[in-house]
Amino acid sequence: MKTIKYSGLVVFLIGLGIFTILPLIGAYRLDQSNFDDIVKDKDFNSELFVEEINNNVVGKEFNGMMGLSAEVKKSLNQANAQHRENKEYDKVIYTSGKDMAALLGKASGTGFIAQNKGVMWFLTFGLGIIGALLFILPNVILLGKAGIKNDGIYHQNSTNRGWIAWAVFVFLVSFYLVLYFAPQFAVNWTYLVDPISESLSGNPAGHWFVYGFMYCTVMTVMAVRMYIKYRHNVYQMVRTTSVLFFQIVFAFLIPEIMVRLQMPYYDFKNIFPLDYDFFFSWNLNELMSSGGIGLFILVWGIALTLVAVPVMVYFFGKRWYCSWVCGCGGLAETLGDPYRQHSDKSLFAWKVERWLIHGVLVFAVVMTVMTLYSFFSESGTVMGIKTQSVQNVYSLAIGSIFAGVIGTGFYPIFGNRVWCRFGCPLAAYLGFVQRFKSRFRITTNGGQCISCGNCSTYCEQGIDVRAYAQKGENIVRSSCVGCGICSAVCPRGVLKLENGPEEGRINPTEILLGNDVNLMDLVNRK
Amino acid sequence: MEHIVIIGNGIAGVTAARHIRKLSDKKITIVSAESDYFFSRTALMYVYMGHMKFEHTQPYENWFWEKNRIYLINAYVSKVDHVNKTLNLGDNKKLAYDTLIIATGSKPNKFGWPGQDLKGVQGLYSKQDLDEMEVIAPNNQVCKRAVIVGGGLIGIEMAEMLRSRNIPVTFLVREDSFWNGVLPDGESQMINEHIKAHHIDLRLGAELGEILAGENGRARAITIKGNGEEIACDLVGLTAGVTPNIDFLKNSGIEIDRGVKVNRYLETNIKDIYAIGDCAQQHEAIGNRRPIEAVWYTGRMMGEALAQTVCGNRIAYNPGHWFNSAKFLDIEYQTYGWVFSTEGKKNYERHFHWRHATENLCITIAFHKDSKQFLGINTFGIRMRHEIFDRWLTEERHTDYVIEYLKDANFDPELYSKYEGKIVSKYNVEFGTNIYPKKKSWKRIFNSA
Ligand SMILES: Cc1cc2nc3c(=O)[nH]c(=O)nc-3n(C[C@H](O)[C@H](O)[C@H](O)COP(=O)(O)OP(=O)(O)OC[C@H]3O[C@@H](n4cnc5c(N)ncnc54)[C@H](O)[C@@H]3O)c2cc1C
Ligand code: SF4
Ligand code: SF4
Repeated sequence: MKTIKYSGLVVFLIGLGIFTILPLIGAYRLDQSNFDDIVKDKDFNSELFVEEINNNVVGKEFNGMMGLSAEVKKSLNQANAQHRENKEYDKVIYTSGKDMAALLGKASGTGFIAQNKGVMWFLTFGLGIIGALLFILPNVILLGKAGIKNDGIYHQNSTNRGWIAWAVFVFLVSFYLVLYFAPQFAVNWTYLVDPISESLSGNPAGHWFVYGFMYCTVMTVMAVRMYIKYRHNVYQMVRTTSVLFFQIVFAFLIPEIMVRLQMPYYDFKNIFPLDYDFFFSWNLNELMSSGGIGLFILVWGIALTLVAVPVMVYFFGKRWYCSWVCGCGGLAETLGDPYRQHSDKSLFAWKVERWLIHGVLVFAVVMTVMTLYSFFSESGTVMGIKTQSVQNVYSLAIGSIFAGVIGTGFYPIFGNRVWCRFGCPLAAYLGFVQRFKSRFRITTNGGQCISCGNCSTYCEQGIDVRAYAQKGENIVRSSCVGCGICSAVCPRGVLKLENGPEEGRINPTEILLGNDVNLMDLVNRK
Repeated sequence: MEHIVIIGNGIAGVTAARHIRKLSDKKITIVSAESDYFFSRTALMYVYMGHMKFEHTQPYENWFWEKNRIYLINAYVSKVDHVNKTLNLGDNKKLAYDTLIIATGSKPNKFGWPGQDLKGVQGLYSKQDLDEMEVIAPNNQVCKRAVIVGGGLIGIEMAEMLRSRNIPVTFLVREDSFWNGVLPDGESQMINEHIKAHHIDLRLGAELGEILAGENGRARAITIKGNGEEIACDLVGLTAGVTPNIDFLKNSGIEIDRGVKVNRYLETNIKDIYAIGDCAQQHEAIGNRRPIEAVWYTGRMMGEALAQTVCGNRIAYNPGHWFNSAKFLDIEYQTYGWVFSTEGKKNYERHFHWRHATENLCITIAFHKDSKQFLGINTFGIRMRHEIFDRWLTEERHTDYVIEYLKDANFDPELYSKYEGKIVSKYNVEFGTNIYPKKKSWKRIFNSA
């Protein structure tokens, strides 16, 4: 069994290795005809740029994206500089250098990678999936009987912030940096999944498709791990299935298929303000020009925020979204599960959390108010501040860096819910409702807590669960995503997630059940 | 200002300190020799198993103590001088007190076995025991086998710990079934099976003969009493119960027996000196309880009660219905009220036992043979609601009632399979009743809360 496990690891690492070097290799040559097609399609006003590319790029052989990307950027910058100097502002191209490089790069792949997409898919994703499964499946036997499986977590390098954890950290951060800030280097990755993308939406894959596909793959494989690890716990099994379903069907398949049907790309479970650009004018314009379905999406999106959130949180707590539906939560609960113990439980971290997450919520709301004001008043500024700039700052700082690079990249070091805990504006909103108007709570079972600390250690949201449990007090916290792990790991059966009457939900106690009834009355009455 | 000194920073001492702080402005000092800060002894096993780090066993952050003006001294109290109201802290340091609370806990039993003080022979009680275990049994290369002596709760924890590092374990249990001094036979039998399923070499009815020394004063093997069988091992775990840790009080004038003798107000024979937690011994047992109650919950309850007394509201230690819990490898156990073992059963006590055909689940309900009054429940693998059973015990419910409303008491996580149907049908067959289980009702569950 161990042999299978470790050969699986080797296979996985080979697949991962090939995937990792792809951005740096590959042959590119932009054919004249391909370029002409792009020019026709994109309708560049700048004949200068077209000429530059014709001279410097077309027909030339590039080894690796580095050279090609540099040439494209140079050509673009020169052309734009010239136009600005000549005050020919209508000719300036606003596509960024990296996006332009990605666009042209995608049309230029010539070598082995671009011509053998199936083989390359197998050598990367294929080996990765097979290897990972070989690594994970033997656990059915190796882990022994069903039950809590946390043995050795703090002895293993990978789950105790050792060098493996740091290596994963570097990998994840780099991956997100490429995705957000250097998509031209993801071109080779897009080839791998072109066939899949074409079969879904009819279009070749962009780097976001790579991300979406990879997201689903990683979640699926790591869900298998969850199923094995928590096979004694039905709540965990069902919840994992639920997030997986919503990710694959709602976040991945439906939007792609909608594109094929000429409908707007839309994830029906992504709720504003997590879906922060829902009210951006380009989106509103697109929706309003898409006929019935666009209108439906508009109403649906608003209803999710204004009706579904409060109603569902009232009945089930924010968990209905955060650990049953949401994609960010889904990744955190699958890929991130081995790291859940790293969330900081200190009071200080809780303070930071409240400032940050509510700060992001305020930011998102202010930005949206500005956006809507601009949209209806058709002016680009609100009180002298450019709406567009505010949106850009949000997209960069929150949408990309916080949610992506930090949110996922920091899993191995700060735990798997960094974004959900410190950043997500929707979580802040769901949390308000959960704290103040909901039937959800984690019930503490009378006086049974032995203060062991398993619950706090494994709470991914950094809640010091024990602090409540050892006082016999229910846990009612806005940040609790209802993952149910505290309840699972408690060796004394103290915690139960449940939706009950609001009355008595919050029950501060000093003297716990089991002691003198008169004393309990005396002290707890006040 | 009155100076309250507490010896021992375990659950009993710390609970007393916290509550005294809530009720008063008195000066509070805790003297303890094991660790700088309070930690949860019950979690020591999880540190060895790698579920947690030691710091995770500390329920309060380090700033907590200063903020609440609870002064901590890491020192060993070697002597109590109640005439001058001072403590000796070693190095000729002295500490004066006005009120003294002794909360020094327990230490592992040693019954004078030959070789019991060799290296590699240890109990599991303190942080130092844990550190020692890490040295003696870091892995199965260094520790090729361990023998555990004494089939109680700490013994089985120690076995689980060692198994988490794949160290072969032989488990000597004097009784002919695991913990059957406490558990009814059916349950004890289920745990026997479960221990074996975890590849632990369980020896029932086996007692330790002696511990044999190898090189450097280290234990190398043990023998079993009677048949003289020798078992080679690198670690011997002594887990045959605990006794109060009060040797330093001998000849202090404070009345001691096995523990520090206290009355219902937790007062010793000397004015202004109290004792709580594992080390306190009641003059007379309270109800069915033992005179020395060495469990977490009672330590806490004594702390809660004593804080009132010390702060001027003299109140007896008057615990409510008994409850307890433990975990046997993968099987969680909870108990509410009194269920005695098959041998120790009261003459009025009868049991209803249900066990699942394949899963490790079972319950035993104890009731009065004449009135069928519900007396207590043991539950394995099914979590139950403390509040509900506490209430039913107070209301002296008929067992039929308990069976009928059993769903209200279920505390398993949502979506878990429910077994009340099966339990109720077995009950109906056994007692010729015709009970239909009532649906769970929030209204009932919370009505008196
Ligand atoms: C491994 C293990 C698991 C357990 N699991 C459970 C469980 O699951 N459920 C349960 O109910 N109970 C459990 N118990 C029992 C429970 O931990 C004890 O009942 C409880 O900790 C006793 O608390 P205490 O405050 O009385 O004493 P302690 O926690 O023993 O604290 C006493 C402290 O005083 C110090 N001290 C003693 N003498 C002196 C001195 N002269 N000078 C200075 N300091 C001194 C000691 O070093 C110690 O730190 C477990 C015990 C162990 C060892
Ligand atoms: S409190 Fe429990 S259910 Fe809530 S997030 Fe933490 S571990 Fe999950
Ligand atoms: S895991 Fe359970 S027993 Fe341990 S501290 Fe948390 S609630 Fe208490």
